[in-house]
Amino acid sequence: MNYVIIGNSIAAVGCVEGIRSRDKTGSITIVGDEPYPVYSRPLISYLLLGSTDEEHMKYRPDDFYEKNHVKTYLGRRAEKVNSAAKTVTLEDGTVLTYDKLLLATGSKPFVPPMAGLDSVPEKFTFMALDSAKALEAALKPASRVLIIGAGLIGLKCAEGIADRVGHIDVVDMADRILPSILDEEGSAMMQKHLEKHNIRFFLSDSVAQFTENTAALKSGKTLDFDILVVAVGVRPNVELAQQAGCEVSRGICTDTSCATTVKDIYAAGDCAKSYDITTDTDRILALLPNAHMQGMTAGANMAGGQESYTALPMNAIGFFGLHIITAGCYDGEAYITREPGVYKKLITKDGLLKGMILIGDIARAGIYTSLIREKTPLSTVDFDLIKEHPQLMAFAKKDRKIKLAGAKQEGDA
Amino acid sequence: MKRVYVNEEWCLGCHLCEYNCAFANSGEDYMPKALKDKTIYPRIQVEEGDGVNFAVSCRHCEDPICVKSCITGALSKEDGVIKVDTDKCVGCYTCIMVCPYGCVMPAPDGHVIQKCELCTQNACGEPACVKGCPNHAIVYEDRG
Repeated sequence: MNYVIIGNSIAAVGCVEGIRSRDKTGSITIVGDEPYPVYSRPLISYLLLGSTDEEHMKYRPDDFYEKNHVKTYLGRRAEKVNSAAKTVTLEDGTVLTYDKLLLATGSKPFVPPMAGLDSVPEKFTFMALDSAKALEAALKPASRVLIIGAGLIGLKCAEGIADRVGHIDVVDMADRILPSILDEEGSAMMQKHLEKHNIRFFLSDSVAQFTENTAALKSGKTLDFDILVVAVGVRPNVELAQQAGCEVSRGICTDTSCATTVKDIYAAGDCAKSYDITTDTDRILALLPNAHMQGMTAGANMAGGQESYTALPMNAIGFFGLHIITAGCYDGEAYITREPGVYKKLITKDGLLKGMILIGDIARAGIYTSLIREKTPLSTVDFDLIKEHPQLMAFAKKDRKIKLAGAKQEGDA
Repeated sequence: MKRVYVNEEWCLGCHLCEYNCAFANSGEDYMPKALKDKTIYPRIQVEEGDGVNFAVSCRHCEDPICVKSCITGALSKEDGVIKVDTDKCVGCYTCIMVCPYGCVMPAPDGHVIQKCELCTQNACGEPACVKGCPNHAIVYEDRG
């Protein structure tokens, strides 16, 4: 069997591991446009923060490719997929043939059209290692930094550079920060926390006009800056999928086996949609754990497996020592706890835990996450107990025996 | 694979396992010096309830979701033991978000995580929690 993987990030690694769990001998080839062995992209903010380095950003040991017998074409872009001939053509003309193909093409920063943007000399995005290196090279102790986008990427960037620059301004059209993962109260709490660290926010606002060093906002304010970072969001890389004839609607459409609509072509990671069990919809969940697990499922199935992948939106992220863990969706009845430095919201609906927002107290959060993922009926646990603190005591004795004492699930051999 | 299993009927809730865990991972060789007047951060946690107690530590899962979810590659499974490379860990707490047993926790400094490694990475060599349990409420054995 001849496997080709386009992309060399987390979903690609998952795919290799998935393939090798079933097929030790098939040929695997990875094509990646970055010249690096696989590294963890979310770590670029930690790189600027100084809490990791390029060596430790490697997502797998140096011998990963060799050990798994993977041939790599790194620093080379795949230009064309011909699904009829089952070939992939690289930018240098090299043609690879495949029996099974994975599209793990990821996403790219979205830079919306903004008046005068071309006149800004020091402008950056923040997604890949090279973009972080370029930004780092431009940083000076007195730099005034303007970040467009108060989402996960923009604010992790802000945290990464806050102590290395003069000040940071963040502009976002939304009326609050981190709107994709937090509710209003959580956003307000995090905003207050970030403001203590040299960061100012200009929300419900956007840039009307850039000059070389100024941004005139729609509200009438003008912000001076030396360095601009555009972090308004990402777009999936779907061009190769479209060329190959795969169905694409925003992301590459996949079924729960991670197969696209074209035979023998699979997709995983930030470029692909997956089935979100909490909203009952297919959507892009551009999250690292999901990319790895989706890639693993794709790989296992490319090698003849029958595995199924469903996704759960979830985020673990921290800023200046204040940690957030969120999961699921927030439509339902809320149970809220507030303590100094802590905000905790659990959302239930139809007798199930559907979502959570935990700020400041994230201890044992995975017990909640598993209730959401497993769709455990809350009638089978002591929810009053578990509402206070996640704990296994809230489960029935027979379930604890399974979890802690090696007892078998009913029906298991 | 040998694992730490819980016999909750026998747990006295004495928390000795927590102290033995903290001691084994302290790098010290004298318990009073390691623990006296200090807040301990054990990797095993006793849950106490109405007439029932039990100690919870990493299950070293067959198919570990913490390892699959780790954003840095710091978590890995070797010879049945899930280990953390604290040089790679950045303390993002993704593993805390996904562990269904609540058995991964921030390390005392808050910058990395810690978890039970079955005392394979300290001088004890076998689970100190089990060794010191006075009532066999936790055992280290192979139940298949």
